Amino acid sequence: MSDLVTSSAPRSEEAVEAAWRRVQLARHPERPRTLDLVPRIFEGFFELRGDRAFGDDPAIVGGPALLEGRPVMVIGHQKGTDTESNIARNFGSPHPEGFRKAQRLMRLADKLGVPIVTFLDTAGAFPGPAAEERGQAEAIASSIKLMTGLQVPIVVVVLGEGGSGGALAIGVGDTVLALENSVYSVISPEGASSILWRSKDEARAAAAAMRMTALEQVELGVVDAVIAEPGDGAHTDHGATARVVREAIVAAFRDLAGRDTVELLATRYARLRGMGAYLETGSASSRPPAPPSLTRRIGRILRLPGVPRRPRWSEIWPSADDDSESERGA
Amino acid sequence: MPIKFPFSRRAAPSDAWTKCPSCEEQVFNRQLERSLRLCPSCGHHFRMSIGERLDLLLDPGTFQERDAGLQSVDRLGFHDDRPYPDRLEAAQVKTGLRDAVVWGVGEIDGRRVAIGIFDFRFMGGSMGSVVGEKLARCFEAALAERIPAIVVSASGGARMQEGTLSLMQLAKTTAPLVRLDDAGIPFIAVLTDPTTGGVLASFASLGDVVLAEPKALIGFAGARVASDTVGEEMPEGFQSAEFLLAHGFVDAVVPRPELRATLGRLLRLLPVPVAADGASADAERPWGPLGTLSGLAERLGGAVSETIGIDVEAPPAGNGSGPAARTEAEAEERS
Repeated sequence: MSDLVTSSAPRSEEAVEAAWRRVQLARHPERPRTLDLVPRIFEGFFELRGDRAFGDDPAIVGGPALLEGRPVMVIGHQKGTDTESNIARNFGSPHPEGFRKAQRLMRLADKLGVPIVTFLDTAGAFPGPAAEERGQAEAIASSIKLMTGLQVPIVVVVLGEGGSGGALAIGVGDTVLALENSVYSVISPEGASSILWRSKDEARAAAAAMRMTALEQVELGVVDAVIAEPGDGAHTDHGATARVVREAIVAAFRDLAGRDTVELLATRYARLRGMGAYLETGSASSRPPAPPSLTRRIGRILRLPGVPRRPRWSEIWPSADDDSESERGA
Repeated sequence: MPIKFPFSRRAAPSDAWTKCPSCEEQVFNRQLERSLRLCPSCGHHFRMSIGERLDLLLDPGTFQERDAGLQSVDRLGFHDDRPYPDRLEAAQVKTGLRDAVVWGVGEIDGRRVAIGIFDFRFMGGSMGSVVGEKLARCFEAALAERIPAIVVSASGGARMQEGTLSLMQLAKTTAPLVRLDDAGIPFIAVLTDPTTGGVLASFASLGDVVLAEPKALIGFAGARVASDTVGEEMPEGFQSAEFLLAHGFVDAVVPRPELRATLGRLLRLLPVPVAADGASADAERPWGPLGTLSGLAERLGGAVSETIGIDVEAPPAGNGSGPAARTEAEAEERS
């Protein structure tokens, strides 16, 4: 692990400027959005809409497509390109039904054994009262949970803004890639400024302090690799951006193709489990035993011999003959 | 459990009265301590410390803390108007805790549970790497020992000072829940005032049963953030426990005096199934007979860790960040 820092100090003026420039590029109005790249990367994309419960959220788009002739499921945040489309897309900030639509598409991919590509580009999940009413937090939480257990490979590409829980809700992957000028953060720099600095004017300092640029995210282990952007940034050439993103996705899937399902899930779990930095002091023996292997989980689905499966109701509620053996439910 | 500092303040603050934020009555602090921290005139639920929560919920003397030695580090070199390590130290002095969560194993009505409890006084109960790690270990222990998991949350959300590392704790705490589902282990989430942001947007929303304390503030975005973004005032009572109950995201709003009995009832109703196919719980544990010894060492270690001071021996190299470092540390332990 490379040491990112050794001391806690305000960052230099150059570092602050560099971080802020990336934030502005990530938010550039001409930056390629999900739907700018999808037709250039995939063939035959068919958009599926609606969460089958409440409605359709245009801030998240998705559907099946072909990558090099092979089926994939594509899901991404969608910002608008001008005021009108931005209003229609809610500036790329999803409501709960957007995340539930994404979940629906992920379940479909899981059912068909089709790998998933997601594109992150959102300032964050929408915080309004309607979103709260329909369970914004639950929608994000259940999306994250679903993604950690999907039995198909997931490649995540951070296109522009990776904004907190709204990004992570479709951002749990086996490989996480980020465009050079994208950013990823736990809260917007403006939000951090108003909460931690108690001022609206410290967004630049907050952006630098949170180390939200793609390269810094690689050092933190949150992002696996950075995709270099063409020219002066992705906004200058959508076609070339699509080509490099496509190459990176294909390479990532080639890399993941060697993993069987057990290994895929175990590696994804280990990746998430290793996130974070802490010291372990005191008695080392307080480490809990390692969790049971994933063969249990897979075994239940495949019905491998000798692998415990979920109990049937008859085991919970035995018939009169073997009632005497039952101690549970007491 | 708490770290004792020679210079830490006494438990009772110097002023003996607290003003109830609900009915504005002046309440004698001693009285609050005797009455489960409920306002005697209006029943307002004041926030509780971890110790008070343990006394409230668990059978006396059954709680054994685990992983008490986990300590946050400043990976980002974060500095707002103060460096992050200073904030951590101030919170440790104020609360006597090492971080915002304590987890361990205890009993409720004689049933063993793995339980994690937040203390809001520690940096707003915010979830950084240590909180995430402790909760993940709590869930993994519930899985390995086949006992139900309970988490009592009180948190403003992810800890901003740890950047995206804290965001990733949402996934780290959620991933083990998939395994609990597969193993048939129930998880009960108890939401107390306040539970917001990244904590609500991860494990706290995902309990098989979700309970909440009356009038607790529970919501995704802070009301101020919401009204700034939306540009309108938020309706009254929006983001309360009762609001979530009405909209189907909470199973029951349980007054504090009934919380322990409610958990006991649920634990009876949601039994952990004995592992099927004759495989006993022990057969699933990756550790064999040696595991019993390490379990013993763990219990002894747990007892010791309750009394350790803040400057314990130097941490092992690699210090547990990242899977590679962890494997190294494990290898060291075995050798």
